Amino acid sequence: MLEKVLIANRGEIALRVLRACKELGIKTVAVHSVADKNLKHVRLSDESVCIGPSNPIDSYLHIPSIISAMEVTNANAVHPGYGFLSENADFAEQVEKSGFTFIGPSAKTIRLMGDKVSAIEIMRTAGVPTVPGSNGPLDEDNEHTLRLAKDIGYPVIIKAAAGGGGRGMRVVYSEAELLKAVKVTQSEAKSFFSNGTVYLEKFLENPRHVEIQVIGDGQGNAIHLGDRDCSLQRRHQKVLEEAPAPGIPNEVRNDVANTCIQACKNMHYRGAGTLEFLYENGNFYFIEMNTRVQVEHPVTEMITGFDIVKEQLRIANGEPLSSVQKEIKFQGHAFECRINAENAATFLPSPGKVNLFHAPGGPGIRVDSHLYSGYSVPPFYDSLIAKLISYGESRDQALKRMQIALDEILIDGIDTNISLQKKLVRDENFQKGGVNIHYLEEKLN
Amino acid sequence: MDIRKVKKLIELLESSDIAEIEIKEGDEGVRISRASNLAPVLPQKQDALTMRAPEETRSISKPSEKDTINSPMVGTFYRSPSPSSPPFAEVGKHVNIGDVVCIVEAMKMMNQIEADRSGTIEEILVEDGEPVEFDQPLVTIV
Repeated sequence: MLEKVLIANRGEIALRVLRACKELGIKTVAVHSVADKNLKHVRLSDESVCIGPSNPIDSYLHIPSIISAMEVTNANAVHPGYGFLSENADFAEQVEKSGFTFIGPSAKTIRLMGDKVSAIEIMRTAGVPTVPGSNGPLDEDNEHTLRLAKDIGYPVIIKAAAGGGGRGMRVVYSEAELLKAVKVTQSEAKSFFSNGTVYLEKFLENPRHVEIQVIGDGQGNAIHLGDRDCSLQRRHQKVLEEAPAPGIPNEVRNDVANTCIQACKNMHYRGAGTLEFLYENGNFYFIEMNTRVQVEHPVTEMITGFDIVKEQLRIANGEPLSSVQKEIKFQGHAFECRINAENAATFLPSPGKVNLFHAPGGPGIRVDSHLYSGYSVPPFYDSLIAKLISYGESRDQALKRMQIALDEILIDGIDTNISLQKKLVRDENFQKGGVNIHYLEEKLN
Repeated sequence: MDIRKVKKLIELLESSDIAEIEIKEGDEGVRISRASNLAPVLPQKQDALTMRAPEETRSISKPSEKDTINSPMVGTFYRSPSPSSPPFAEVGKHVNIGDVVCIVEAMKMMNQIEADRSGTIEEILVEDGEPVEFDQPLVTIV
């Protein structure tokens, strides 16, 4: 087993990785910015190294500092968590070139999936259903572009190939606006992502966001761990997630999941990954793949009993997958509420000292959080401070337990979105299941 | 035993109500006691729980933030440009702004750390070849 892992992240996911390392007997190195000296996982780790000032650019995103920290601590491997450098192919490459193990896919795979155009191509080849679109970058040939859009049918959406996660996109409702919109999106993409390549897709008006968790061992084996529904979003940020996605015929979800496995096998995919789909009218449409562990991975862990982060560590250690597909059993239902340090109504961030943190408990309740009473939430990073996860034998039971847990959880001293989550879990339509990705924003307005 | 670990243990002890800590790691071990004749006492800490006669304590003033040169990066601290050369600075040496006081090596690159003020080297806080983290105090200049 890997001897020592450096955790190149912060907050709750760093704590999650630390716990998995401890279970496997792996020593931990916590790197942190000056502002994060008192993070829970830093206090619990075997060693810690301050790698820079609070600004992420100079610390969590600063590749030389992280690699240097690996050198001075003799770590074997680095777990990048999610966000930050987790999908930075250059980082993965430099880590490997420096003689360390990057816990995740190869730099080549990260690059392939990071380019949304090539990702779609790979998926199509594997039989994964994709959104009708240009299936390639748009070029200078305006006539061609107009024809493509006409064939697809308006409304269409222009997307940056180097974008993703909701950034670098523009919807076009009529032919008259298309060419100008393409130009604007290209120049935005150039300035945000240093890459002006764009492509076209049919714009789905009321889809749900359904994603499929996969794991590959880089040796040609891959399995799926089922799907999740993450349709409750605000400004492309997920708020409440569940597994499995409700109301999808099992045949349909299994067929798509099998195509995902095929794609992973074709790529010799190594590590955990998630294929994101839009789901509308009974059809799955692939949009992008994330080559890392996701925030919402706990809901999958609850319904499968499968520890995704431990598996990431095992795979990085060169081991084959610990289970074959038929050993994966799906049982029950799980929800996750993201608890953010923000005002529930205005969404303004609310950093500051948490005077009292009281985590809920009871059967089927899991809390992934780095909070402790007296901890100060710094203003420099994202506002996620806790994930409240509930499991039940049925969707109704899991939802009921979440309601109870939300009534119990106490975070005193800062604003949080707990009151919003309490409303969402009692929302009539959400209780029925199957709301689309616009539902939350419509409800808020 | 790693000196940084021992330093951390001392800090832990001082910031708590614990009187004594003993830690064993395999064959190595360390015991740290509060307020013995041998332990340096920081004058800022008014600790009502520990009673000691004034003549038993030995005060070392803690280097204040402004007197120290801190590491701008993660790396390994070296006192000289090469193993066979003399160190850049010794305690008592006068330095001017811009004089190199030490090196922090990261990823095979030697980064010269310069004095940001003139003065005399009071103390060198890190051992040659020890790892340092960002913002870690390296030397004090008064």
